[in-house]
Order: sequence, then structure tokens, then C-alpha cells
Amino acid sequence: MRAFTYERAASPAEAAAAVARTRGAKFIAGGTNLLDLMKLEIETPTHLVDVNRIGLDGIEGTPDGGLRIGALVRNTALAADARVRKDYAVLSRALLAGASGQLRNKATTAGNLLQRTRCPYFYDPARPCNKREPGSGCSALEGFSRNLAVIGTSGACIATHPSDMAVAMRVLDATIETVSPDGATRSIPIAEFHRLPGDTPEVETALRPAELITAVTLPKPLGGRHVYRKVRDRASYAFATVSVAAVIGGDGRNRFAFGGLAHKPWRVEAAEAESGRGADAVADGVLAGATPTRENAFKLPLLRRTLAATLAA
Amino acid sequence: MEFSTPAGPNPIDTGRVVTKPVDRIDGPLKVSGRATYAYEYHDEFPNAAYGFVLGSAIPKGYIEAIDAREAEAMPGVLLVLTHNNTPKQNGSGQHNSPQLQGPGIKQAEQAIALVVAESFEQARAAARAIRVRYARAKTGHYDLAAVKDASRPVPKSPDSKVGEFDRAFADAPVKLDVTYTTPDQSHAMMEPHASVARWDGDKLTVYTANQMIHWAVDGISGTLGIPASKVRVQSAFVGGGFGSKLFLYADPILAAVAAKRLGRPVKVALTRPQIFNHTNHRPATIQHIRIGAAPDGKIVAIGHDAFSGNQEGGEAEEAANQTKLLYGGENRLIRTRLSELNLPKGGAMRAPGEAVGLLALECAMDELAEKTGIDPVELRIRNDIQYDPAKGPDRPFSSRKLVECMRVGAERFGWNRRDPKPASVRDGRWLVGMGVASGIRDNLVMPSGARVSVDREGVLTIETQMTDIGTGSYTILGQVGAEMMGLPIEKVRVRLGDSDFPKSSGSGGSWGANSASAGVYAACEGLRDEIAKKAGFNSRDVTFADGHVSAAGRSRSLAEIAGQDGVAFTGEVKFGKLDDTYAQASFAAHFCEVAVDWATAEIRVRRLLSVCAAGRIINPKTSRNQCFGGMTMGVGAALMEEQVVDGRFGYFVNHDLAEYQVPVHADIPDLDVVFLDEIDDKSSWIKAKGVGELGICGVGAAVANAVYNATGIRIRDYPLTLDKLLPGLPEMPRQS
Repeated sequence: MRAFTYERAASPAEAAAAVARTRGAKFIAGGTNLLDLMKLEIETPTHLVDVNRIGLDGIEGTPDGGLRIGALVRNTALAADARVRKDYAVLSRALLAGASGQLRNKATTAGNLLQRTRCPYFYDPARPCNKREPGSGCSALEGFSRNLAVIGTSGACIATHPSDMAVAMRVLDATIETVSPDGATRSIPIAEFHRLPGDTPEVETALRPAELITAVTLPKPLGGRHVYRKVRDRASYAFATVSVAAVIGGDGRNRFAFGGLAHKPWRVEAAEAESGRGADAVADGVLAGATPTRENAFKLPLLRRTLAATLAA
Repeated sequence: MEFSTPAGPNPIDTGRVVTKPVDRIDGPLKVSGRATYAYEYHDEFPNAAYGFVLGSAIPKGYIEAIDAREAEAMPGVLLVLTHNNTPKQNGSGQHNSPQLQGPGIKQAEQAIALVVAESFEQARAAARAIRVRYARAKTGHYDLAAVKDASRPVPKSPDSKVGEFDRAFADAPVKLDVTYTTPDQSHAMMEPHASVARWDGDKLTVYTANQMIHWAVDGISGTLGIPASKVRVQSAFVGGGFGSKLFLYADPILAAVAAKRLGRPVKVALTRPQIFNHTNHRPATIQHIRIGAAPDGKIVAIGHDAFSGNQEGGEAEEAANQTKLLYGGENRLIRTRLSELNLPKGGAMRAPGEAVGLLALECAMDELAEKTGIDPVELRIRNDIQYDPAKGPDRPFSSRKLVECMRVGAERFGWNRRDPKPASVRDGRWLVGMGVASGIRDNLVMPSGARVSVDREGVLTIETQMTDIGTGSYTILGQVGAEMMGLPIEKVRVRLGDSDFPKSSGSGGSWGANSASAGVYAACEGLRDEIAKKAGFNSRDVTFADGHVSAAGRSRSLAEIAGQDGVAFTGEVKFGKLDDTYAQASFAAHFCEVAVDWATAEIRVRRLLSVCAAGRIINPKTSRNQCFGGMTMGVGAALMEEQVVDGRFGYFVNHDLAEYQVPVHADIPDLDVVFLDEIDDKSSWIKAKGVGELGICGVGAAVANAVYNATGIRIRDYPLTLDKLLPGLPEMPRQS
């Protein structure tokens, strides 16, 4: 771990300004991913700005009947919130399918969105990885790719986004609110928040330098049946091989987002309209253009079957 | 004392303390965080410096240049050791582990530097600043299948040929000819390898995580070229080993070298990602099994060829060994073959040989059961044999209750509810099946000593190099001492894992409980004589009970006899040649029920039962605990554990606990363990056999057989992950 300096911010705007002031600075909240990456020198911040005491840890209703989740709301608290459990059950279920109780106690809503991939080559500083070291090459393309992305990949990167929570947020059409060092705020629809790898897999989100997530907003409840189905090799404490976040029925349509498939939570709205023709019709649309490796081609039939079982349940 | 004839009646038979489910006497220390593991000795080493090992990025070749100038200039850095400035060491001893002895690279993550700094993070950061230019060898082999045909016989494991296998197999009415593979596996124990070294003049003390204290002393002293008498090794608590800590890696050696150079104590721990490649692992196997049988299921010919790979000088994974003893059959051909690989070195892991051999053999038996239409339990019973099939009735088993294990287990598990037709039981979205497998593990014994003493308080202290690697050694040795001296367990102190104590069997090969207990028994026999003598009882006909020794109506307390100076005795067990006369092994029958998600092929174990016959069970609680661990590891071997080889880089790519998956709590249902009553008087005076490894032997095959029964899909390449099952699952119904 490289030596770094540390300060504790007192407000969101101050935190953003503090990160903007110091070259190489980063925010730290729960630290459940950042600290691991710092130990391996995959992340080498020179300065950490601790945002744990800037407020932003509340969950409140919005004027249009939705829910505004503070960036620092811990995963455990979010999953247990009565409004989330009642109206956004897919989110609660996705949260509880992720990590472990200990990690969820520390991990924050914003930090969860910003988790970095678990590609084993990304985690191994001795191997080429375009995400870790742009231009060095992708070891995964011809390597151990069993759990990596099958769609939206590029010749530079086939990493997946590891979050379960983000998949639920995607199916719920969440909006990410931010503040910039100059105090300006903006709202980013989650569909535009995470990026595909393209030629710059090191750029993972739409966040600008020193821009801080302040909240995640959910639109008014959709109703319907909420499912989060996570498929994995062991029963707990594993990242998704594939996962399906589904809101079935409710306002008259079905919504699906998928984890374990891509560099971002994967959703193809056009395919949802095919629900009436069965799971395969939806899957055809969701998986159109997939480019799996030999090792992870099984994810395509697995996704089809998982989706069919989810719809049939 | 030599154990060379079957044990007669002795104080252990009393069963007052031994055989009782005594709580771990070290339990309070462990649950309160006061059991000190190697890296946690802070107060003893207030000025310790921290070492960090830099591992090789290439698997084979040499270092052209290594530049540590930048690292040396970094904050807190005290020393950088590389092959350019490390004193010459000796690599010839069996347990030696020379480090940084030249530019040559033999495996990925081989230590190429040690950075020592005032803090761990300073050392780790500086290690990243070392610039290395490698010349990677153009050749190198990382794929067992590709080098299998270039394999050689193994002198240590000669071919076992009985009768005429080829003819008998060719003529057999029922033939099975199958190949199974098992992947490389990692011990993945909780406590990483860690050491602290301190020099006092020419005397070296190393606190380290190690299973075998005298091997560690030999290895450290041999490597450093100093007398064994100058090396003290301590391993009072060890957080799991499973064979990984039988051997020495960079941590104790480089800690000692750096501590000498700096004149202050040095701590070195391996990080989790380093462990998977730097230390050893269970090698992958390819196993070719041929069984010829009569229509009634009786085996007439059995062949098992086990292929594995290792570095030059490394040992074979003897995965065919159990096939020599498990079932009858007049014609037998059992061979072990070894190829050279340039992967990290392979070595012993929990039940080396049997653990993976049974994954293959016991699934092959399941296949034979289906081919012959005979129930899998019945097939195993029909092929039971009460003597070594190669030696004949002249070498009977000392005790063998495999058939009883099968019968008791079948009854308890409800085996008769199993539908022999695969893929015929549904429970909602789950396909449900049951499987069975036999377990066998060689019963190994090792010489073992102990010093026992009674003080003026009447407290018995037992001291031996024996280690407790989570197994319960503290407790069971205490029980044996308590039984022998007629004391309650509360009056016994046990001190382990210190090379100043008498040499012991150590913990490995499941020999520890029986051998070390026999060592304590031998020492206590001597102590009983001493006490009887001091008490003025000239008869051997004395009784030790309730803290007193009594004879002929007279009784004196041990405390009084011990007096101010106490009384002590050092004794040892050595094992004679009973092994020649009797085949010795422990046996088990494992029953498993799994559910397979019909859509996703996720496999979840629902029930697991092991019925074990392992001689006298010294402590049913710690023994059961051992079985739980073995069963869990067996589930892991069946369903998820695999070190994935990346041949391009010549290493195991999934080198952390997120990517190398072992079962978590949610994967393990309530486990059921039954120990059959068994006394093995050919094993030792304790009449016990090993348990720790029996727990894993055969479990994975029971799981795999249950998966077959649930799905009708036979996967012969472990682990049975969902991607391998998916293509065989029935089509999903189309819905609209």
C-alpha cells in the first residue's frame, strides 16, 4: 500500500472541493473495495477524503412518491428499510444476495455503484490489464474468463460489473445525484451512469473528476412481483455467474436487468416488450450481439433458463 | 516403549475420561482471542521489523537483473534481500527450504526478494518498487494432460500386480473403462503462513505456523547451516494446515536471515494471494479406472492408473493407492505415474492419495452398480474383503467395519427411499438424488514422545512437540494423561508445539491423535512407575484414581508424593512391525442427498451422513468436529474447488478466497456423523486410528453420485460446476 494523506470532510461540497484540490485524491466511504485495491496498489490514491461524516445517510420520500437514498446509507440499512422492502423488494433482495453481513454493514449505496470488477487479471498487478494499466493488453480475452462478460465487451476488456445492488437499481430506473467541486449538482440516469469498456475500460462511470455521489433516487413504486435471482457456484459469498432482477407485472409491463453479463448492469428495454412471447423471445433481444468466450459461452443458455424459470415461478 | 504386539487391557480401557466428549481445553483461549498464533507475538518482540516477500512473476527462467535501489530508499526500509546479498544456504536436507540462492526461477511466486521495513505496509510498498528483468524459459509444461504420455513410474510407489489383469478384464462379463480427472486444489487454511525470528547470540528462535516441529527444526537448521541444538521452534497454536504447514516456505527462512542481518526480530507473513502459488498444493490427477465384474457385481479384475505431475524432484499424487485395499478381486493392476510440470510444487493435502483417488474410484463403483443393476450399497458389501488382496489372508485387516458402516448408514439415511432410476425425483424446482461412497484411509503411525510431570498441587503437565492445528490435540492428550494418572481433566495442563519438548509425531497423515496419545501413554506409564516407587509401593498392581495412587489398601495423593520437586518422566512410543502382519486403515460410508436446480444446474447439498469406523474415538466431540471439516472439504472438492491453471503465465490464476471457492456456511447443511464402536488393539495402546483425513475420503464421490442420481448426468471432470451439467439438463418448457 502506498503512503497517503487523509482528511475528514464535513459536507458534500467540501468533500468534492477537497478531492479537487489534491492531485490523486479519492473519496473513501465504507472502504470495502478501495482498501483491498490499495493493498495491491491497483488503486494508489495520494490523499483520501473521508466522507463518512457528511450526512447523506438518510432515506426519505420524494415529492413524486419515490425514494431518495443518501449516498452513505449502508447496504444493511437499505436492505432492511421498510419502504424498500415493501415497494422496491427487488432492491432489498439484490442487496442481501451480495457480499456478507459484515461487508454490507460497511458498504455504502454510492460505493456499491462504484465497485470495480473482480476479473482475476485486474486483481493481479503482475499481469497485463487494460483497465488497471491502459494499453498493457487484456489477459482475460484468451485466459480464465469463465465468470466474465459475454455482451457489450470490447477487444480491450471483458470485465463484468460485480454489483447486485446496481442491477436492481437499473431495473428500477434509479437516478444518481451528484455534486461537483464548484457546488453544481446534476442527476444521471443509471442507464447512463455505468459505461461499456470500449477502448477505455479504465473509465467506468459518467462521473467527472472530484464529482461526488450524494444520493440515489428511485421513481415512484412500480408495483408488480419483484424477483432477484442470482445464480452462482456456491450458495453465498460469490459474485453472480448470471443474475436477473425482475419487476413483473405491476404497471402492466415486465422489466428485467441482468448481472454477470456485462461491464454494466445489462438491460434491453425493447426486449421487455417481447415478454408476451415467452422468455426466449426476451432473451433473444437481451443477448443479441453477445460475444462470449469459449469458457463463458454457457452463460447464454444459463441466462435463458434462469429467465424462463423466473417468469414461470 | 515399543508397540510391537497387540495391546492388552490397560488403563485407557477404563473410559472415564477418554471416549468422553470433553470440551476443548484450549477453547476459552481461542474464543476470547487469547490463543497466540505465530504472527501475533507482539509483546515478545516489541522492536520487530516487518518483512514482505516479493514473488516471481514468471514460472521458469532466471532473473537477468534486479534493482532494489528505489525500494531501499523508501520510507522505513531497513533491508532488501535478493539473491545478490543473501548468504549461501543448504538445500540438500529433506525439509530444507533454501531461499534467494541464485537468479534461477523454478516456479511462479518463488521468493525473489525480501523487503524489511519498520511497518508491514512500508515493506509491501517498497517491494512493489523493486525492478526486475526476467529471462523466461522458452519451454515449460503446465498442462497435465499434455505431458501424461511422457510420464514415468515412481520408485516409491511400485506397480501392484496381482493375477492377470489384462486377461481377466478382457474376459469379464461386465466391463467398465472410465477416466476421471481432478484439478489442482489448495489447502486454503484460515491462518496464512507466518513466522517471527529472533537471534540471541548464535541461538535462533522462530515462532511459526507449522504442523511438524522437528521437521521445522531440521529444515531451518539445515538450510541455514547451524546446529539443530541452536534452533528453537514454537507453534503453540496453528490455524489450520491440511498438509500445507508440513513444510517450510520463505517466511521462516527469510525472517531468520533478515533478523540476523539486522540484529532485531523480523516478522514475515505470506499474503493470501501469494499462498496459492508460493506454497504447495494438491496436484491434479488423471485417473484411468477399469473394472471387470461378474453379473452379480463381484469384481474379477480391477485396474487403476493414476497420473499426476510435479516439479523435478517432486512427488506423485498417489491416487491409486486405496484401490490396493478397498475391494476384492483376484486380478489387479494398480499403477502410479508422474510427469514433470513447471507449476508451483505439489505436495500433501488432507488425505493425499485417497482424497482424490476415491473421487474417481467411488464414482466408478457407482457406474458399475448401474451397469450390473445392483444397489450401490450392496455392490460394495459384495466386494468387501477382510484381508489385503495382494498379500492374501496372511495379512488381515487389524479391524475393518466397512460393511457395518454401509448397513448402519443406509438404515439411518433412509437409503431405501432412493429411486435407482436417475432423474426421477422432483421437489418443486429441484431435482433430488442420493449417493453413497466408501471411505478408506491408511492408518499411519509415527514415533512420538512426551514429558509428563506431577507437581505439588497434584497437577499433571504434559509437554510434547505435538501440534494442535485445530484438531483438538490439546484436549485429547489431556484426556489420555488424565485417564492414565487418575485425574480429572481440570487437573491436567497441556503444552504443545515447542521444540524444547520431546519430539512427537506432529500433525500429518492422520497419525497425530493415535501416535501422540500413545507417546503420552508411554510417558505416563513411566510416571506411574516413578510415583509408585516414590510411594513405596513395590507392586505394579497399583491403582491411580481420584488424584491418588493406591495399592494393597494403602492410598497416597499424587500431590503429596510429588512434593516440592515434583516428579517427572519422559517417554516415547516407537512402533514395531505390526503393519507387516496387519493391514491397517480406517473406514467410512458416506451418504449424500443433493438437490439440483432444474433450470440453473446449481447443486445444493441437502443431507450428508458419514458413518466411520476408526478405532477407539478418544473424544467424540473433537472427532466429530474433524469429520465436519473433512466432509465440508469433500463437498468443496466435489462442487467447487479448483486452482485454475493459466498456462500462458504458468501459474494458478484464481489466487484468493473470492475466486478459489471453498464451501461457505450456506453450502453446508446439518452434517450427521456416526462412529461405530471399534477397538483396534493393533494400532497402539490407545486402540485408536486416524480420523481427520477419513472425514474427506469418499465424501466428494458420494456428492457426485447423488448428482448423477438426481440428474442422470455423469460428470467425470471435477469439480461438478453448473456449466458442466447445463448441457445435459432437460429443455425448459416453452411458455407463452
